[in-house]
Amino acid sequence: MQPGLYHILIISAALFFIGVFGFFTRRNLITMLMSIELILNSVNLNFIAFNKYVWPHKMDGLFFSLFVIAIAAAEAAVAIAIIINLYRSHQSIDVEDAGEMKY
Amino acid sequence: MMNPVYIALIPLLPLAGFLMLGLFGRKFFKETSGIIATLLLLTAFGLSVYVAYDYFTHANGGVYPKTIAFQYTWLRFTDTLSIDMGALIDPISVMMLLVVTFVSLMVHIYSLAYVKGEERFATYYAYLMLFTFSMLGLVLSSNLFQIYIFWELVGLSSFLLIGFYYNKPSAVAACKKAFIVTRFADLGFLIGILILSFYSGTLDFATLINTLTTPESAAMKNAVTASFLGVSAISWGMALVFIGGAGKSAMFPLHIWLPDAMEGPTPVSALIHAATMVVAGVFLVARLFPVFALTTPAVLEIVGWVGAFSAIFAAMIACTQTDIKRVLAYSTMSQIGFMLFALGVSKYGGENGLGFTASMFHLFTHAMFKALLFLGAGAVIHYVHSNEMKDMGGLRKLLPITHITFLIACLAIAGVPPFAGFFSKEEILLAAFNGNKTIYYVALLTSGLTAFYMFRLYFNIFWSKEPATQHDKHHGEGGFAMMMPLVLLAIGAAAAGFIPFGNFVSSDGAKLESHFHLAFSAAPVLIGLSGILLAFVMYKKQSNKATNLANSLGGIYKTVYHKFYIDELYLFITKKILFNLIGRPAAWFDKNVVDGLVNATGNATTMISAKIKGMQSGRVQQYAAYFFAGVFGLVLIFLYIWK
Repeated sequence: MQPGLYHILIISAALFFIGVFGFFTRRNLITMLMSIELILNSVNLNFIAFNKYVWPHKMDGLFFSLFVIAIAAAEAAVAIAIIINLYRSHQSIDVEDAGEMKY
Repeated sequence: MMNPVYIALIPLLPLAGFLMLGLFGRKFFKETSGIIATLLLLTAFGLSVYVAYDYFTHANGGVYPKTIAFQYTWLRFTDTLSIDMGALIDPISVMMLLVVTFVSLMVHIYSLAYVKGEERFATYYAYLMLFTFSMLGLVLSSNLFQIYIFWELVGLSSFLLIGFYYNKPSAVAACKKAFIVTRFADLGFLIGILILSFYSGTLDFATLINTLTTPESAAMKNAVTASFLGVSAISWGMALVFIGGAGKSAMFPLHIWLPDAMEGPTPVSALIHAATMVVAGVFLVARLFPVFALTTPAVLEIVGWVGAFSAIFAAMIACTQTDIKRVLAYSTMSQIGFMLFALGVSKYGGENGLGFTASMFHLFTHAMFKALLFLGAGAVIHYVHSNEMKDMGGLRKLLPITHITFLIACLAIAGVPPFAGFFSKEEILLAAFNGNKTIYYVALLTSGLTAFYMFRLYFNIFWSKEPATQHDKHHGEGGFAMMMPLVLLAIGAAAAGFIPFGNFVSSDGAKLESHFHLAFSAAPVLIGLSGILLAFVMYKKQSNKATNLANSLGGIYKTVYHKFYIDELYLFITKKILFNLIGRPAAWFDKNVVDGLVNATGNATTMISAKIKGMQSGRVQQYAAYFFAGVFGLVLIFLYIWK
């Protein structure tokens, strides 16, 4: 059986909410970063699926997913740099420990 | 017709001087500023003489025309109502050009010696130039609003010059007082301008006078029928304009600033508070004279009474003062009273307009002898370093030139023939005699008082006791720069009376023959001479006659000596009544209501922010949850509400 659009959308929605859940519940910054990657990839899946099933003669969805991949790479680099610096100053990458910037 | 450039240059040269000295004076022209200013003014004076000569030799069929030399539209509101900058040339403005530039030139020369060595020498000259510019602009003004602008400018330069010694608290107080009192009067002037321009639809003098003296015109009908408190709008307008004039001319009850203004340097008093600025009120009334005389004779009568009352009121105070500059200040006020009541008793046109001519004539001669008196007093003060009469006496041998010129000025102001004051005062008295008998008798009495207090001053300075020896004699009379203006002004004070003034200035522009009545002038001259004689008896030698007289008069003397307690009355009204009844409630309102509102806003902000600041928890995941909730909310809105 060929997978249809809905199958892919269900997978991508599941991926998205797994990412959101991980982002809200995990205290480890690296895990949170990974959750963000999941969210971004669910978006990618959406783009590709809509491109293929709705406008098969266009390439916009592909381009967008390429953009998202590039941005995700840059974002990972920045985030990891922040995490490393946070570790150096706090000896921890627990998000609960980095709460100085509050009221 | 003469070249308008010359006329434009007369005020613009001092303006250029002001800008140059004001901006760069302290750096580049520290030593030379006096010379530069004097040369600029000499040029302006030369141009004025040329303009006057040209104007008065080109009478058009015996009538001097009123011409606009140039006009530049500055702000246009409607087709007829615009604020222009222009120059109106008519006999009185040409006469004022001569007076202002001449006296100003004399003061510039005199100040070269008097203010020499002052730290702010260049600034002083910059202020003098600013004043000269504004005064020339004032007399040349072609419309009501322009005159108002320059009116405020002369007020400003007067303020700056009175407060020139700004480290002296009394000078600072005096300049504030002068500014506030005249500013207060100018409020009336401004309202008057608004009323007049509202009804006549124009600001231009020629059109305004034309509209408001034609009883058939619609504007005139409106202005006469519209009334407030039973007085017609036009009368209100003219009366309010006169309040402005009375403030600037130090008329009762707005005179309180003038005696205090003597805190400024003496040459400044000579220029501003004797010869030129204080006669601006007279000039204003003269400028609008056709409207006063033809449309609102009742207001003109008020002008006359205010003038007459101020004349005798100030003359009485002048008899008791001991500060020589204050005596001169009250004398100025009294003489301006003469000019104003001369206008007040005058009518428009022909023989009946004698008072107008007399007033302008007196303005002219008064400028000469009063500037001379002030400059002479300046020389005396320069010599003895004091303003008080008791520090002077017997100076006639030490200051010979000052003595002679001062004597000439005293004779001129006392109205002794053949000096200038005699002719102008005689004309004023004649006009008063024909116009209003009561004012005539008041004026006659005032003439006697004038002669008395002037010679009281003269004898106290130059005779009385033997000269005190402690005066250092090294600087003598102050040199050529101080003596030359005295001599030139003395020539003016002695000879200006022989000018056939009616040939040049009259209410309607036509020539006016002035007749000389020997029988009529006998009374004022005799009264003047008896005033002089009384002063001679009392003050020629040091004696206690004056003190005895003062003691026998008791309370009356004390009241006059304290200037009828007018200053105290003002203080009572402002401090006790205004402060307590208006100032304090206003302060309370400000503190509790206005500030309360502001504080309430601040307190409310603090309280609310204390409640909601917990949202800024510093937890990334909480922020993400807010974000997610927001997006979720938006999605719901788009799905179910906005579709």
